[in-house]
Amino acid sequence: MNPTAAAQLNSLLAALILLTAFALVVQRRMNALLHIFAWQGFLLAVSTAIVGFVGGAHHLYISSFLTLGIKVILLPYILHLLIHKLKIRKEVDSVINVPTTMMIGIILVIYSYHLTAPIRELSTLVTRSTIAVALATFMLGFLMMITRKHAVAQIIGFLAMENGLLFAATSATYGMPLVVELGVALDLLIAAFIFGMFFFHISTTFDSLDVDQMARLKEED
Amino acid sequence: MAASFAALVLLLVLTIFLRRSQRLLITAGFSLAGLASFLAAGAGFLTVAQGMTFRIVVPLGLPDLPFHLRLDVLSGYFLMIIGLLALFVSIYSIGYVRGFLGVRPVTSLVVFSTFFLAGMFLVVLADDALFFMIAWELMAGASYYLVMFEDERLENRRASFLYLLVAHVGAIAILLSFGILAGLTTGFQGFEGYTFDAMREAKHPQALATAAFLLAFFGFSAKAGVIPLHIWLPEAHPVAPSNVSALMSGVMLKTAIYGMMRVIFDLIGVFPWWWGALVLVFGLISAVLGVLYALLQHDLKKLLAYSSVENIGIILISMGLSMIFASFGLTVLSALAMIAALYHTLNHAMFKGLLFMGAGTVLHATHERSMEKMGGLIKFMPWTSALFLVGCLSIAALPPFNGFVSEWLTYQAFLLSPALTNPLLNLLVPLGAALLALTSALAAALFVKAYGVTFLGHRRSRHPAVIHEAPWSMRIAMSLAALACLALGIFPTYLIHWMDPITKFLVGDTISSSAAGFGWMWLTPIAHDRASYSAPVVFVVILAVVAITYLLLHSRAGTIRRGPLWGCGFEGITSRMQYTAMSFSMPLRRIFGFLFSIKEKVHHLPPTTHSAFPGRLQYHLRVRDRAWIWVYQPISDASFWISRRIGRMQHGRIQVYLIYSFVTIIVLLIFSR
Repeated sequence: MNPTAAAQLNSLLAALILLTAFALVVQRRMNALLHIFAWQGFLLAVSTAIVGFVGGAHHLYISSFLTLGIKVILLPYILHLLIHKLKIRKEVDSVINVPTTMMIGIILVIYSYHLTAPIRELSTLVTRSTIAVALATFMLGFLMMITRKHAVAQIIGFLAMENGLLFAATSATYGMPLVVELGVALDLLIAAFIFGMFFFHISTTFDSLDVDQMARLKEED
Repeated sequence: MAASFAALVLLLVLTIFLRRSQRLLITAGFSLAGLASFLAAGAGFLTVAQGMTFRIVVPLGLPDLPFHLRLDVLSGYFLMIIGLLALFVSIYSIGYVRGFLGVRPVTSLVVFSTFFLAGMFLVVLADDALFFMIAWELMAGASYYLVMFEDERLENRRASFLYLLVAHVGAIAILLSFGILAGLTTGFQGFEGYTFDAMREAKHPQALATAAFLLAFFGFSAKAGVIPLHIWLPEAHPVAPSNVSALMSGVMLKTAIYGMMRVIFDLIGVFPWWWGALVLVFGLISAVLGVLYALLQHDLKKLLAYSSVENIGIILISMGLSMIFASFGLTVLSALAMIAALYHTLNHAMFKGLLFMGAGTVLHATHERSMEKMGGLIKFMPWTSALFLVGCLSIAALPPFNGFVSEWLTYQAFLLSPALTNPLLNLLVPLGAALLALTSALAAALFVKAYGVTFLGHRRSRHPAVIHEAPWSMRIAMSLAALACLALGIFPTYLIHWMDPITKFLVGDTISSSAAGFGWMWLTPIAHDRASYSAPVVFVVILAVVAITYLLLHSRAGTIRRGPLWGCGFEGITSRMQYTAMSFSMPLRRIFGFLFSIKEKVHHLPPTTHSAFPGRLQYHLRVRDRAWIWVYQPISDASFWISRRIGRMQHGRIQVYLIYSFVTIIVLLIFSR
């Protein structure tokens, strides 16, 4: 594969990842959210593998497999189990309505392009055009955490942020050192388990997974 | 040294097995602690005697940042002090801690004493900033739990919280100071500068070195209890078990002195004269105010705690003088003042340890802390009162005991200061000498009060319980400490000769050649025609006078008759007519009243009998520390105010918190672009 084609393919994948990020921000049904998240992970894994192939950074293959294993299969599966166990059916409601959220999201994407412009000028990697998308994915994940009230949706937002970070690392410097990536993968797994237990306790305590309920924990003054 | 730590570790292991049998745990535990202390004291003594330096690098701790240990003459000296007092206190604890049997489990006391001892040993051995801080915090944390030992009383919990707070504020300042020193070694580029060796080598620019000095002085002062950072001391020492207060007051405060000496003389090394003047001024404030506050206390242990503030002040005075002399290049005088500081450090450890052990014995027997309920204990506890008297004489700086020697050396350093050329110092130094003289006089009055009200006269308590003399282990420990006080007072020339390597190391000169120039009998600090003191001669004369008086009185039978107290014809004398602790200090309270916040209340009670009899009065006195009102109250009010303001930001909603961090990230990204 010649570098130009790889760069084009990579850009396409980046565009798809951005699309999934937007879909995550606006999707209201829980099952669909999980599917989109899995797709985002899959796209990220493919993109990482391509960058690894073109850039000759073979440790990226391991990173790609880890992404595939953890973010596409394991975490969605765990969350799926959780949703069924806690019988979460209802639609996810958000703090801000969908069109406004979309507008904010678009502003964030433009802002990301603006921010990464100087890096694009300097970088010589094939992936340089996707840094802005990576940053935008990160920010959209953050936006999702802010706008959603449901705890599971917030976790998906958190994981999407993590996807954005990984993508940024791959596109900016051909990935982080392997040790760091392994550590991050382990962290994610442990976080997922802790979240699971945490959800369970929240739902038994408050009878709901709406994080607004937690405002009741605040100390009165 | 290694054997000492082995003993401590063995002790910890043993604790696990002996938890069931508390009595055995106390005996075995404190014997092992005593053995460990003895070994440490021996190691320290030999190190100083031979002027050796050992180094070990232990590959523990963070990756690439191993622990460095170093035993040099300065650490050796403090190791000896800590070990010696810890040995006495361990023997004492065998008897003292038995008093808790059946009242509460003592396992935590044994465990945390062990950690506390290990922490103090490691503080003086540490040779890098990281390990020093770890040992420092180990010491602070363990002593926090020891203060907390009787945690069902609110007073104890408050005191230990206050202690922890001040200790941590101090620790942060020390950490920042080490941060500056370590940064200077690598130009604030890397972490390699955390060893003390690197800090010694580095060049110290004036401004940053001053910042490091001020931070270190502040941090160590918080631990040493220098006024105005002393407030935790009179709270924490009285509520801790007495063996712990003896260790805390006797040696834990000294680790702060060690830290100051290490940072100022060893790590920084070169300093302007005003650093010394600053230390001197704070020493003077602590000495004078400490003894005045002590005079107004009627809780025996609180009184001793304030007296520790005073003695730390005296040590700082000598250290400040030493710094001033060193900065003017007068190395001999600097060595003299340094000897005075080090000697007083050792002396204070001995007599304050002895006095706290004595106070603990009284507490153990009477279950009272207030001196107003004591009195006449000399009849019940002859051993304890004799040994307590030795402590009082030592701390009041009366010959032939050890307190006299170190204070006399301090005066010699003061009197030799006309050699200085700075006019401001020529003003400050005589004033300092006068204030030190005032302190000594007040300290003497203080211990007349402490001893007289506690042991002499008639018993004041309305519930005359049977009071027993202390068990043998406590008596042995106190006798050993008293012997140490006497020995240190009679043979100063040996001690000064032994301490030569330390002053050589710190200020680059020694005084033993002139100090012992006239043989071991005569202490002549600089020159024999200026000043000389022969402790053995004084001792022999005092002994002879006492013996002759005793013989003259007792040679003929019938010269001494014991009869009832003659009250000038007044019949109904009760124990309430004696001088009380409060009334003893009344004249001083009148003179120095402006220094305290005093609330006096006099109630006229309705007369119960015929109006010809005088009316009944009730007198209340409440003395508070001005430092508390002026310094701490505003700080605590301000921190509550700020907390309430910041509390408004806390909505308890996750989204709001997320928005905070999101906005922060966006703003930071704008700036970083």
